[in-house]
Amino acid sequence: MTGAEKYTAFRTIVIREFLRFIRIWVQTVLPPAITTALYFIIFGNLIGAQIGDMEGFRYMDYIVPGLIMMAVITNSYANVVSSFYGSKFQHNIEELLVSPVPNYIILLGYVSGGVARGTVVGIIVTIVSSFFSDLQLYNIWVLLSVFILTAVLFSLAGFINGAYAQSFDDISIIPTFVLTPLTYLGGIFYSINMLPAFWQTASLANPILYMVNAFRYGFLGVSDISLVVSYAIIIGFIVILYFYSLNLLNKGHGIRT
Amino acid sequence: MTTALHIEGLSKTYNNGFEALKGVSFEVREGDFYALLGSNGAGKSTTIGIISSLINKTAGKVSIFGIDIDVDFPEARTHLGLVPQEFNFNVFEPVEEILINQAGFYGIPRKVATQRAEHYLRKLGLWEKRRNMARNLSGGMKRRLMIARSLMHEPRLLILDEPTAGVDIEIRHSMWQFLREINAAGTTIILTTHYLEEAESLCRNIGIIDHGIIIEDTSMRQLLGRLQRETFVLDLGDTLTSLPDLQGCDLYLLDDHTLEVILPRGEALNDVFGYLTEHGIEVLSMRNKANRLEQLFMELVENSDARQEAT
Repeated sequence: MTGAEKYTAFRTIVIREFLRFIRIWVQTVLPPAITTALYFIIFGNLIGAQIGDMEGFRYMDYIVPGLIMMAVITNSYANVVSSFYGSKFQHNIEELLVSPVPNYIILLGYVSGGVARGTVVGIIVTIVSSFFSDLQLYNIWVLLSVFILTAVLFSLAGFINGAYAQSFDDISIIPTFVLTPLTYLGGIFYSINMLPAFWQTASLANPILYMVNAFRYGFLGVSDISLVVSYAIIIGFIVILYFYSLNLLNKGHGIRT
Repeated sequence: MTTALHIEGLSKTYNNGFEALKGVSFEVREGDFYALLGSNGAGKSTTIGIISSLINKTAGKVSIFGIDIDVDFPEARTHLGLVPQEFNFNVFEPVEEILINQAGFYGIPRKVATQRAEHYLRKLGLWEKRRNMARNLSGGMKRRLMIARSLMHEPRLLILDEPTAGVDIEIRHSMWQFLREINAAGTTIILTTHYLEEAESLCRNIGIIDHGIIIEDTSMRQLLGRLQRETFVLDLGDTLTSLPDLQGCDLYLLDDHTLEVILPRGEALNDVFGYLTEHGIEVLSMRNKANRLEQLFMELVENSDARQEAT
């Protein structure tokens, strides 16, 4: 395939993935907006008012970056895992497998679809947030780069889950029992400085903590973790997961017999 | 003439130890309409799966238009179109989008893809359904959609794995006509089917696979030439109460108006007609009882089974 043909193939996969989640927007785009609004009403307004300030910011403003990040993480992951497993289940992944599209283009296409959903949902959640808090912007480049890198990372993670999954149960186990707890314990609703020393150290093993804090830095200019360390962790994970995913595709894991 | 497909010593052993292919070798020439026949589990779909890269081979070589799939699979794939046995499109996508996307996977620009999609959708009677979700199509329409999709990148070699399964007779005949047209236009076609009259009617050459081995690879004409006996069914206008004793053929009365005649291939039916005319019995119509290829197929597979048991 020439470079132009590869680009056409890549664009085709991305458009297909984009249309897939837009077509079912009631399942994919609407729920995060409602969930976020509920978080703001309950945690921000009702409980947050009792908590007071956090790191010098209103509690409502403090949790906004984490809530946006949570939406980006869960949606980019969910998009790729459900789309890729759905393609395996319906066997329409074979459309790609019998075509000359290189595996890295297939992977980048699915990941871009996940990033697209993460972005759409992230924007919607940000708009919803603006009704409840005074959004601040400390460093737009940090904000945008962490946003995109996080979406890429969790799209790759979703791809790996989709490749290994053999049933619909398998695509919900990781989000329910791993992703959600890690997200909640990733400093969305609190600063790890509030935790006892042991739990502060334990929290450092949670990769989501680095993303939430780097993203919060982009909004508020405060972070529990050094920005350099956060970037290193996020990029490191992306590189590892990318090559792992590509290896699964090259081996045909779960898609070729 | 160029070789469209060359397969040599192809074998496949699945992880559970099942040996699906045991050194399959055959060749399909460019422009051919080739039937690959076999019972369920004989190895047809495994062979097709390996050619199209959906199944990893254990050993052997596959070349598509001279391109070894182990050397340059992406290039080999550009020449290959596949219509698998099971529906494998996204049923939640509109019909036209499925075709345009398929072309996109081969690097075909959207403008060209849109034109081709219209051409094939019209040709296969799906144009009116182009905006419908694929899940809303009937079984026959889904089969035609699979054929249209496989042609979007205009492959030189088209493999059809039971393309008319579950399709009504009228649509089946229109699909045959379409396949004859694209074959006449230069596309090499490999067909697997359980409708042996379909293979007999469409294909020029034939390979029969059984227990993972090619037991026959010849021309349709030569294969049918081996038929030893033929069976005819005569529909009679009058009641026939007793059977005549005629030399060289076996007669059976299926009911008082239907006579079955079995005789060696090439023998004339004149004696039978003579007897019936003598007795004032009118013959309203006559047909072959069984499809000729079906008869041969059964014999070949039974012989192969017997050989397998003996070894």
